[in-house]
Amino acid sequence: MPKPAKTSVLELHVRNHPGVMSHITGLFARRAFNLEAIVCLPVDGGSTSRMLLLVAEESRLDQIEQQLVKLHDILEVRRRPDVLPTFFTQLAQTAFPKATTA
Amino acid sequence: MKTTGAHLLRILLERQGIRTIAGIPGGAILPFYDALHGSAIRHVLTRHEQGAGFIAQGMARTTGRAAVCLATSGPGATNLLTAIADAKLDSVPLVAITGQVSQPLIGTDAFQEVDMYGLTLPITKHNFLVRSAAELMETVPLAFEIAESGRPGPVSIDVPKDVQTAEIEVDHLPEPGRARPVPPCADALIDELAARLTAARQPVLYLGGGVIASGASDLACELAQRASAPAVSTLLALGAIPPEHPLHMGMLGMHATCGANHLLEEADLVLAIGARFDDRATGRLAEFCSRAAIAHIDIDRAEIGKLKKPFLGLVGDAADILRRLLARLAPQARPEWRAHAAALRAAHPLIVPTPAEAPTHPANICRFLGQHLPTDTLIATDVGQHQMWVAQSYPFRHPRTLLTSGGLGTMGFGLPAAIGAALAAPGRRVVCLSGDGSILMNIQELATLAELDLPVAVLVCNNAHLGLVRQQQQLFYGGRYSASQLGAGPDFAALARAFGVRGVRLNPDGDPHRQLADALAKSGPCLIDIPVQPTANVFPMVPPGAANRNMIAEPAHDHA
Repeated sequence: MPKPAKTSVLELHVRNHPGVMSHITGLFARRAFNLEAIVCLPVDGGSTSRMLLLVAEESRLDQIEQQLVKLHDILEVRRRPDVLPTFFTQLAQTAFPKATTA
Repeated sequence: MKTTGAHLLRILLERQGIRTIAGIPGGAILPFYDALHGSAIRHVLTRHEQGAGFIAQGMARTTGRAAVCLATSGPGATNLLTAIADAKLDSVPLVAITGQVSQPLIGTDAFQEVDMYGLTLPITKHNFLVRSAAELMETVPLAFEIAESGRPGPVSIDVPKDVQTAEIEVDHLPEPGRARPVPPCADALIDELAARLTAARQPVLYLGGGVIASGASDLACELAQRASAPAVSTLLALGAIPPEHPLHMGMLGMHATCGANHLLEEADLVLAIGARFDDRATGRLAEFCSRAAIAHIDIDRAEIGKLKKPFLGLVGDAADILRRLLARLAPQARPEWRAHAAALRAAHPLIVPTPAEAPTHPANICRFLGQHLPTDTLIATDVGQHQMWVAQSYPFRHPRTLLTSGGLGTMGFGLPAAIGAALAAPGRRVVCLSGDGSILMNIQELATLAELDLPVAVLVCNNAHLGLVRQQQQLFYGGRYSASQLGAGPDFAALARAFGVRGVRLNPDGDPHRQLADALAKSGPCLIDIPVQPTANVFPMVPPGAANRNMIAEPAHDHA
């Protein structure tokens, strides 16, 4: 897998129910946005979740954010410049030590 | 109060003010149909669920309020999908309610089970799979709130059968869902827009469906007049500005009025209002309004800059923004620009055969209708050549008088949408202009029409072809006509009569306009079959993917 030229990290605060992940991944697929990695954990006793998305295509980042904001189950979208892509690669190395990550 | 999920759903819809629902029953929605028995809600039984979806759309497009369609699980649900996707692309508020198999059966490939939640995910504004009767209390008002708030759109509610039959104790009922107020656009942005409009030498308004959705048509006309800014319209904006308005330039894009496309080339400022820079309107995007600075008003923030970067984006309700803009905009005379627009309009009239040469040419039929029908007549179209002729030739003088499938371009839209319009606007004349290809895609709704006995006239422009396909094959595929001829078409007048609807075929050798007037003068539904030359094409035409300046004009005397 070629390394994307530029990536950004978005944090989402979402309602936690079974369809939310489909809404988010479906949006990325149908709008031809690149989604490199997802980390998702329930918070607030499970009523909501927080997600970190590793997103390619800097030039369309605004549009990605705007389309995400429109989803009813997404409560908040913000950029996380403090989270580096290495966060995801380190996670991957821990979870899948034998795999070669991008 | 002890009740069931099904009865609660009925009560919540009644409280929403829903008076008519179009649908078809089936196993997984039967508890709700049982609850509807005895309700004040009128149920319109269609003959195909897609018909129900488009009847609901016809009601919603006519009133601007969310309308409801209803189907059972599985095939009932999948048959609704086209109408739901159509509502998404044209921003029509719709609530689609479907039955689902009981929850213990979900995921087991049960009879008539389909993942409606998954299927509607990419084609709705939002969707729900209701997991308990109690959830209906939140879901139903919220579905209407979402459908009508901001940029309207369709919402799907999938209700498992066991949720419908579940008993529930209800001690209070929620408030009906209503459109949320739209946050106002900042004053500073409106100030800047006013300043830039004032400073512009050659401004043009680019009106989209959002102008009509926000009820901003009169304000847009006033703005055109105040700023001396000619207005071009998308297909969905037709009716926002009357054709008699001195600054009306007609439709832009693929089948534009030539003058509209040329004028956009010369504009130094284009103000897009509730328009989304669709490829049928812009042609090759990089060359669209290449000399102009673009300002964009839209209720959907994500539309600003999605395709074309504006120098100024104003997010909010178009009516509110235009009202505030007008309050700070002094009149601008711009006599040369006005004269230039008028000259462009005069230099590029729509070229079609005269009524004497070709009385049944759809453009001449549209002009005849424009002269003889009340101006508040609701016109529904199908999709294809006839749709473009209607857009070019029928004088839409009021917002919400044109019901047409713009974004999805769904053949089969017209007849059920016309029925929905007639249900939503009792006493008004409704005409469905269709083609012989499109009408067959929901012809079964003639039975619904006959049963309801509504004042809908269905005009079938019959050229025995998929005309717009045939036209593209002629122009862009070397005349290799592949699967565009509709051989052995039915006798549409006889077909209508078989459904119990008056059927007439115009005879071009007589006086077809007289025959048309006679057919329209009688009461009740009717179908009028109109013979059209198969070689008649819609011009001008911008080849798909080309810049809007590259319009193919009408070849002289191509048809008669």
